[in-house]
Amino acid sequence: MNAASRFRDAPGAAPRSLRLMLDGVPVLARPGESVAAALLAHSGGATRQTPVTGAGRAPYCMMGVCFDCLVTIDGHPNVQACMVSAREGMVIQRQIGARRLGDQP
Amino acid sequence: MSAQAGTAIIGGGIVGLCVALGLAARGHEVLVLDGRDGDMRASQGNFGLVWLQGKGAGYAPYARWSFQAVQAWPDFAKRLSGLVDVDLALCQQGGYEFFTDAAEYEAFGHDLHRQANALDDRLSFELLNHADLAARLPGIGQRVVGASFCPLDGHVNPLRLHFALRQACLASGVRITGGASVVSVRPAGAGFALLDETGRQTRASRVVLCAGLGAAHLGPQLEFRAPIRAQRGELMITERVADRLPFLSSTIRQVDEGGLQIGGTKAETDCDTETTTTMVGLAQHAVAVWPRLADLRVLRSWAALRVMTPDGYPIYQRSADHPGAFLVTCHSGVTLAPLHATRLAEWIDGDPAAPDLEAFDERRFALS
Repeated sequence: MNAASRFRDAPGAAPRSLRLMLDGVPVLARPGESVAAALLAHSGGATRQTPVTGAGRAPYCMMGVCFDCLVTIDGHPNVQACMVSAREGMVIQRQIGARRLGDQP
Repeated sequence: MSAQAGTAIIGGGIVGLCVALGLAARGHEVLVLDGRDGDMRASQGNFGLVWLQGKGAGYAPYARWSFQAVQAWPDFAKRLSGLVDVDLALCQQGGYEFFTDAAEYEAFGHDLHRQANALDDRLSFELLNHADLAARLPGIGQRVVGASFCPLDGHVNPLRLHFALRQACLASGVRITGGASVVSVRPAGAGFALLDETGRQTRASRVVLCAGLGAAHLGPQLEFRAPIRAQRGELMITERVADRLPFLSSTIRQVDEGGLQIGGTKAETDCDTETTTTMVGLAQHAVAVWPRLADLRVLRSWAALRVMTPDGYPIYQRSADHPGAFLVTCHSGVTLAPLHATRLAEWIDGDPAAPDLEAFDERRFALS
């Protein structure tokens, strides 16, 4: 539990046994929870900046609708973090603005 | 209750609003009767091309009309920006047609020569084989056998164009009503009587039918032939991309906000629902042209209906039976917008300076 987060663990919640990296900083997650849930529990900070105004955004709807939880996961940009289960060793980057085009396959 | 209008325009899409703007600029009192949000609206589903290459290869009047239109676009955009604060994102950067089929590439090259011929060789274009193209656009797909390039082609944000036209009309004194389709229009006295689906009546001295596919049933009420059919086009748009795509094509364009719009399909149907099969085909085409697009996410897809005449060219028809009634329809409402907002208004007014539009008379379909 990170002190910066406004989310609190329910009594008896399973231990956070998975370790992800967010922009080089370790984030702990429970098996079965979404990446978005782990990010919210980690900190209340923004996990992306919008392409239009650069405003900060964090996971919001948690059900795949609002697209405010977009992050880069293991090199894939603009992934909805609320729709992906946390896995050990995931490498996550905040999504800053629009994605770039990938290298030519 | 009955409204009065000098000129009533049936249809508040890009075509109708351009005509309204043109007539208002000539001092007329204009009322636009628009339909419901849920109506078939080519103006809200189209691709936004300001496009010349290939247009009128087999019909010189259309080649010339399209050529004048793309040349008139920069001034038209300036005129609109003087009336309303809307960025149309007009970009006439030149456009490509990409081909993965050698026979189609060759046939299109012949079309361009015929089009240039119709334009007395004022059309500049290039035909590029794969090697030439790869030198200019490193990153082009191996399957692209060739491309044509026309420096006059461009694109615009079609939704903002529609919005800007609406605002410009209002700023020019045009009245616009909406939310109810006109169901009948008939000659009455010295003018016309219009009735919408809510029972509201309008009397007008002149009526211009710009109702898109709606002209198919409204046209015959004024004894127009109105041989119009729907042709479905399907499109998709991807997530925004920070890089600027180094080309514009008739099937792949990067909108000003960064997303890529991919489209260009044609299906002879009046069902405006997109199909998975077509979307897969569009995605494969885009990746064949530009392999770096392979991992882009598609955000939305949709279909819209083109308003097609039998030969694909516009109809500009003045009623012989009912003076004051006009039929205006085309499938290139974006490209032709600058002329619809100027020269076509002159023609509707019978101005001696108006262009001769007899080539777009619908009686051409009676002769064939």
